[in-house]
Amino acid sequence: MNQLNLDHASAAVAFNKDEPRVDWHDETLWFVRTKRDRAAAQLPEWEQLREAASQIKNHVLSNMHDLLAQFEENAKRNGITVHWAENADEHNAIIHKLIQDAGVTRMVKSKSMLTEECHLNDYLTRHGIEVIDSDLGERIVQMRKEPPSHIVLPAIHLKKSDVGETFHEHLGTEKGATDPQYLTEAARQHLRDTFLTRKVALTGVNFAIAETGGFVVCTNEGNADMGAHLADVHIAAMGFEKIIPRAEHLGVFLRLLARSATGQPITTFSSHFHRPRPGQEMHIVIVDNGRSRQLGRPDFRNSLKCIRCAACLNTCPVYRRSGGHSYHSAIAGPIGSILAPNLDMKLNADLPFASTLCGSCSNVCPVKIDIHDQLYKWRQVLMKEGYGPGGKTAAMKAMATVLESPSLYRMAGKIGRGVLRFTPVLAENRFNPWYNQREMPEPPAESFRDWYINNKKA
Amino acid sequence: MTSREKILANIKANQPDLRPLPEQYTFVSSFPDLTKQFIDVLTFVGGRALVVPDYAAIRADLQAQYPNLTSVATTIPELADLADRTMDVSDPHELADLNLAIIEGPIAVAENAAIWVDEQQLPQRVAPMITQYLVIVIRQSTLVPNMHDAYKQLKVDTTGFGTFICGPSKTADIEQSLVIGAHGARSLTVYLLP
Repeated sequence: MNQLNLDHASAAVAFNKDEPRVDWHDETLWFVRTKRDRAAAQLPEWEQLREAASQIKNHVLSNMHDLLAQFEENAKRNGITVHWAENADEHNAIIHKLIQDAGVTRMVKSKSMLTEECHLNDYLTRHGIEVIDSDLGERIVQMRKEPPSHIVLPAIHLKKSDVGETFHEHLGTEKGATDPQYLTEAARQHLRDTFLTRKVALTGVNFAIAETGGFVVCTNEGNADMGAHLADVHIAAMGFEKIIPRAEHLGVFLRLLARSATGQPITTFSSHFHRPRPGQEMHIVIVDNGRSRQLGRPDFRNSLKCIRCAACLNTCPVYRRSGGHSYHSAIAGPIGSILAPNLDMKLNADLPFASTLCGSCSNVCPVKIDIHDQLYKWRQVLMKEGYGPGGKTAAMKAMATVLESPSLYRMAGKIGRGVLRFTPVLAENRFNPWYNQREMPEPPAESFRDWYINNKKA
Repeated sequence: MTSREKILANIKANQPDLRPLPEQYTFVSSFPDLTKQFIDVLTFVGGRALVVPDYAAIRADLQAQYPNLTSVATTIPELADLADRTMDVSDPHELADLNLAIIEGPIAVAENAAIWVDEQQLPQRVAPMITQYLVIVIRQSTLVPNMHDAYKQLKVDTTGFGTFICGPSKTADIEQSLVIGAHGARSLTVYLLP
């Protein structure tokens, strides 16, 4: 996937070469967005729910230390072993050690964006551990050696013919088969065998409850449950921001999550884990990996309120038309673009610019994160820190010089009109990004200033 | 300093001034008919709902739906004669070839057709996922309007595991085409007793 090595704009150009496919991607995600709208409209208290969720999360950010300490104490009392990881390496090493301690070399995993962020699969594979992703979409992209392109719909960039080819190669399904029912059944059989034979299962965490020391995992497929309930060792990995104060707050979040994500009233399974089953080990790995730094940035800490519903991806005109892989980051789309610069400012300096700042992301966010404001603020931080795109910096400087001087401004206008009229090739070429997919305007005969002076006389 | 101490120290240094929890975080849903609302949503998510007067009606429907089915287990004494095996096994892998699990749901939610079950209903946690077909028997008198009402009644840590189940397992990961029967049960039938 060379798309992952390009900056967002260049990768988006590559994605846009196949126009019908881009249109399909765009329309499919917009359809998911409309399902979200229908689900939201069915609850008269929708806006109050968003406000409650936002305030609960604001409280969580401000009381993070005590809530985590309370969670740890209660989880331990429940018989769960709690681990703390400062960064991705430590997270990966802890999980590797737990697998080794279990005396096995294979693990089954349900969806966890945190393990994507930490590149856990790569790490374990390098250390001789086989990991099988059990969410159907994640399994498909794993077979194709691609990262997920969407946090809720990991294979949304693929057509059923792509999946058919992949399954033909890896699962021996019939060549040319594209029926989703048939392909899903093949994956069900393959993964059922995996669930029944793995001794260690890893799941993500949607919510961790401080008051009770338990955690909640939501899936539609039932894959987190199949893995965890059949394994001798259940490892749950969570970013520390997943904490909520009390179980009754789940009422707010579970009413918002699936409706915001796919327009479902709730996921098929919302599983509450509090104690290992007899004979089982249960571990929780609480991960920082830059989150405490983000918590200290007043302009950006609200990004930690995210519950990973992906509503901001589905509504984003840039995401829908550039595809998840263009964001070269575990979490794509608007929310990913405000999280990624915290992880690596230089590597992700392009992402806050991958937005029109239309604000649709902030309007659909179930926990009211000011996503588009943060995108705008990241741009300023990145330019100030010297990570701005080179061409843009030079262009902005030149523009500032011209706009500061009335005589230079008038001259530039005259030249521009002249160029468009007499030598359009100077503007209508591939070096001018404004000319890509656009017609240049008809040049006016005179500037507004000239028109004003002439008409004032008359 | 351990990682735990470092992380907690950084959090303490960086977290903003304390903000209060909201005063309102529960809301009232008023459906004219809780049973109808529950059935409408369950049907929408691919489940099948049936209002029945008694266990005899459940037995009759099950015998019609699953004639000659073997590897059937139930935790409901009134339907014990339909079962040819138990879910109460020491190793959950023994349930790998379970065809039909019939269990009870103590609380069901009208707004989203979610049914709570925990280890008081489940001899093995994996039972409602690993079974090919799932049947849950609920009572209309235990229907609550929304999730806030459910959490008011529930104590989520009474047992070590509990889950809200809403419809059969499903996926739309292949080109957004809905397929019922991903990794969990291929169908869910809910019987509503009075």
